[in-house]
Amino acid sequence: MNNVQLRQVGKVYAGGVEAVRAISIDIPDGKFCVLVGPSGCGKSTLLRMVAGLETISSGEIVIGDRRVNDLDPSERDIAMVFQNYALYPHMSVYDNMAYGLRNRRTPKAEIEERVQEAARILEIGHLLDRKPRALSGGQRQRVAMGRAIVRKPRVFLFDEPLSNLDAKLRIQMRVEIKKLQRALGITSIYVTHDQLEAMTLADILVVMNKGKVEQMGPPLTLYERPATTFVAGFIGAPPMNLVPLPEGGLPGLKLAKVPGSGRLTLGIRPEHFELTAPGTGPHALDIDVTVSAIEAVGSETFLYCAVGGNGPEIIVRVAGKSEIEAGATLRAVAEAKNLHFFDDETGVRIAD
Amino acid sequence: MVERRSILDFIPHLVLLLGIVILAFPVYVAFVASTWDAATIANGHMPLRPGPHFLENYYKLLFVGTGSSTREPVGVMMLNSLVMAMSIALGKIAISLISAFAVVYFRFPFRMAAFWTIFVTLMLPVEVRIYPTYKIVADLNLLDTYAGLTIPLIASATATLLFRQFFMTVPDELVEASRIDGAGPMKFFFDTLLPLSITSIAAMFVIQFIYGWNQYLWPLLITTRDDMQTIVIGIKKMIVTQDALTEWQLAMATAILAMLPPVLVVIVMQKLFVKGLVETEK
Repeated sequence: MNNVQLRQVGKVYAGGVEAVRAISIDIPDGKFCVLVGPSGCGKSTLLRMVAGLETISSGEIVIGDRRVNDLDPSERDIAMVFQNYALYPHMSVYDNMAYGLRNRRTPKAEIEERVQEAARILEIGHLLDRKPRALSGGQRQRVAMGRAIVRKPRVFLFDEPLSNLDAKLRIQMRVEIKKLQRALGITSIYVTHDQLEAMTLADILVVMNKGKVEQMGPPLTLYERPATTFVAGFIGAPPMNLVPLPEGGLPGLKLAKVPGSGRLTLGIRPEHFELTAPGTGPHALDIDVTVSAIEAVGSETFLYCAVGGNGPEIIVRVAGKSEIEAGATLRAVAEAKNLHFFDDETGVRIAD
Repeated sequence: MVERRSILDFIPHLVLLLGIVILAFPVYVAFVASTWDAATIANGHMPLRPGPHFLENYYKLLFVGTGSSTREPVGVMMLNSLVMAMSIALGKIAISLISAFAVVYFRFPFRMAAFWTIFVTLMLPVEVRIYPTYKIVADLNLLDTYAGLTIPLIASATATLLFRQFFMTVPDELVEASRIDGAGPMKFFFDTLLPLSITSIAAMFVIQFIYGWNQYLWPLLITTRDDMQTIVIGIKKMIVTQDALTEWQLAMATAILAMLPPVLVVIVMQKLFVKGLVETEK
């Protein structure tokens, strides 16, 4: 069983900065866990603690049935893919992949076999004699993955491996990483700041903020029921509209039912709006809006609207092209099941 | 551009040619002088074309030695100089690589203090600390030995600084990848850091070889026996004799010979040398 357990893991840097605070995550064997969050949220630090590149200040990390806190990176049976690939510049592609195996005194024939197999899987067989500098970004990325694969580790660690690639290649490699991880069935932890990468790759998605876990679970659960305004604002592109509701209500915005008491933040995704002519209704949510800007991307159109003409800005998504022009006054409506309410002060979701 | 090329290219070429002539002419004269006999030079009317005594002069110099002043053949001096320059260059590189490795990759108490101590020695070249250094070498009975000639010159802040700067540009991820690949510190040093430093090492070798070859003051102090003197000292000794006729043709031949090894080193290492100073390959 190659599951990974983080138990109350914490990291305090010299000088007292708490980078990671008591994080517990349980990753079952063969699952793909993605850590996502803004820069400085501690996700990379956490990954590097699993790798053994950072010491663990508190808590424990268990890989399989071994507590690895005090083990060297090489003894943890992990393989890591770095953001800038970290290929050895003076070694050929073959040597780059074989280096770790040689250091472990793997028999020569087995090294040959494993490297050839990894090269076949990643389709880099024709590059084995080249030096990294003679490779394109995408090819380097493959070699970095190959170096991880040949080791047949218990756990793959990915530290923003796609962020140095151009957009098109990134999508392609994203799909390949996913396929590869499925095919090999190796437990993986993947760090990224790109929510789209996170959504598409993860079996378990962990959203981090300020060294803590905001929410974790299957990606669609996080999308459909964000636990906090932070998650709501982080997952989805464009993110969920978050409208703080002042006491006495917002001019132009009518809610059929307000749950609980106290001050609330209303959350609604851009794609859950429907547009009708002004004056229709009532629905669970009616907002009179004035369109201030339009972004057409072809398959869909985003309308930037001001609530009540001069209130907070919200984004409304319309499928396909739209005939609506800036300055138009519309009514945006939504169903009750698509409304999210959060405590205005703590940002925590209010149970519904 | 094409039509303006002829004139624009001509001027820099002219300047370069002039420079070469100014630099090369004395060397040429020295060479010409080394191919005549003593009488021709002494009467002040030496021709500007090579004379008939080339083989004779160089043979005498390399294997027999000058008549009066230095006695030992120049071949021995060249060997001494070569041993000294090589020891200094290789010794400096070895020591500096290790100390730069320690300063950059290990966190030990007083790390920065150690680094600054090395740095400060830049301000204390041999000439400044010559008396205490001489005393130590003498007390250790190292006078007239290769060890005494080279060891005090080996410690080098310049090379340590250069390697430190280079090591600091090596990405941290390479260290981390090595750790994950199961390479300990020394394995990382030999498998990754050293191959990456080749061009810097070559640049350092050229600079330090020439530095070592050209040493004058220290060998002058430390060597008293004729068979230990270096070629630079040898030239000096050949031309100061006051009561005898200076054998100019031999002195000039020695100068030409003394010039050859550094020139050879530069020519052989030129490509790596320039690479090491200009680009960092990662």
